[in-house]
Amino acid sequence: MTAALNHLHLFVPEIFVASMICIILLVDAYVPKAINALTHQLSQATVIGAALLTLLNQPTETTLLLHNTFVSDSLSVTLKMAMYVLMFGVFVYSRSYLQQRGLLKGEYYVLALCALLGMMVLASAAHFLSLYMGLELMALSIYALVALNRDSAQSSEAAMKYFILGALASGLLLYGISMIYGATGTLELKAVSDVIAEGKAESKLLLLGITFIMVGLAFKLGVVPFHMWVPDIYQGSPTAITLLIASVPKIAGFAMLMRLLVDGMSGLHSTWGDMLIILAVLSMALGNIVAIAQTNIKRMLAYSTISHMGFLSLGMLVGTNEGYAAALFYTLVYALMSLGGFGMIILLSRSGFEAENIEDFKGLNKRSPWYAFMMLILMLSMAGVPPMLGFWAKLAVISQIVNAHMYVLAVMAVLFSVIGMYYYLRIIKYMYFDAPAENSPEIEANTDMRWTLSLNALAVLGLGLFPHTLLQLCQNSL
Amino acid sequence: MIALADFLILGAVLFCISVAGIFINRKNILILLMCIELMLLSVNINFIAFSHFLGDIGGQVFVFFILTVAAAEAAIGLAILVVLFRNKRSINVTDISSMKG
Repeated sequence: MTAALNHLHLFVPEIFVASMICIILLVDAYVPKAINALTHQLSQATVIGAALLTLLNQPTETTLLLHNTFVSDSLSVTLKMAMYVLMFGVFVYSRSYLQQRGLLKGEYYVLALCALLGMMVLASAAHFLSLYMGLELMALSIYALVALNRDSAQSSEAAMKYFILGALASGLLLYGISMIYGATGTLELKAVSDVIAEGKAESKLLLLGITFIMVGLAFKLGVVPFHMWVPDIYQGSPTAITLLIASVPKIAGFAMLMRLLVDGMSGLHSTWGDMLIILAVLSMALGNIVAIAQTNIKRMLAYSTISHMGFLSLGMLVGTNEGYAAALFYTLVYALMSLGGFGMIILLSRSGFEAENIEDFKGLNKRSPWYAFMMLILMLSMAGVPPMLGFWAKLAVISQIVNAHMYVLAVMAVLFSVIGMYYYLRIIKYMYFDAPAENSPEIEANTDMRWTLSLNALAVLGLGLFPHTLLQLCQNSL
Repeated sequence: MIALADFLILGAVLFCISVAGIFINRKNILILLMCIELMLLSVNINFIAFSHFLGDIGGQVFVFFILTVAAAEAAIGLAILVVLFRNKRSINVTDISSMKG
């Protein structure tokens, strides 16, 4: 009994978030709606509190707790801290957007925090069971969030598509897990890794299992050829929810890759590495080329996500700690840029108007030079232009690929990045060289949104000038 | 005596039926939801069979969690279906294709 409760302080952030979710549910139900800012502040406090608790309860070494289902190591601390920062930004950006559309209800905060809890569990999963529970808690909350705008046919259609394909992906992943369980006789990721290393596992079952797991992972990450849900969900969801989907779950996706493939099945690297090569090349090619044809900016950024996820897989497939560190660096950078990019779309939207088309960015420089500059930083960073942070992320991944002597892959990565540059630069052209549309009004946003968005974009520039702190952090986490 | 392979074949057949149902079905979203349930149940057969033949209780515990999650998933899926029906007055698979590109 006591053995199960050892090191329980490492689990305190999750307990705190779970308790706060219950409190926020009650507060939202019983406190009069006139002071509904309370729910918002409580949610922000939850994120900040969880961050403090995570920092205070850092493990000195890799520690397994709760009957080896939960691992606490430096990687989980880094991933969780990144999730808190992004979630804080998501709450700040979403508030006025949701308020203007009558969607700012307690459900939003409760579901978003549930998704955060799921992602925290996922980041610390040491057992197939905790991995699956974390994944489902995250996914089920996000399905409901996509359908948050109940009166929009497009949103409910997006939610239905996301639900069916997400459930299909979970099913495939589970089938793979059952095969791995049959081959190794255990559900603990560490033990699975040991059995595979000893060569005692049934190799055919193992191969079948890893194939299904890779398909499930590819669905969840949204890499080609399992990407078809990504553009529809990004376009169909309310922009505030797209912002959430495009930022925090990417960290969770990386966590899932690390826990399943590296912690659990590093012995099968030659198998899953080859699969990742195909997924990565196809994603970078299709994502970057199809994005050029888009006129809806959310759809365009969705295809850009697909190509960035391909780049992330490139870092993973090297199979060294330096490679994983580069992939982690890339994930953190991408999530930060994505948060800023969708934040800009929210900034340009106002009640009764969605800034969904790329044309809506026309002449932004004349209307608001400062935010045009912020968007310039974000787009250049996504395109990978030095000295922005995005450039260093791409450089880190490509240099790992070169170190592993995969020169063809490195050339392809550069080539597709250059193709991808076109559609990012097109937005910059619209902002700086085209006249604004008639009767385009002033940008209206509250102060905290303006400050956070500026800080977000300037962080992409500032960290880009000094990339070594963040890169060092990523290397220390592994 | 039923061998492990028999259970695995049953699981695989059910799994294939459910995946085929998701991709071939062009009529009704309710059938998609049924296919998803069938898929999770076929995985459960695998887990229980392995658990029995390996003499390890972990797989059976996993099945209870999958059943619980499947219930939650069905609840959310049906809720989304109700919302979709109110907006579109239809639960035809062919009618949920307004976004393309």
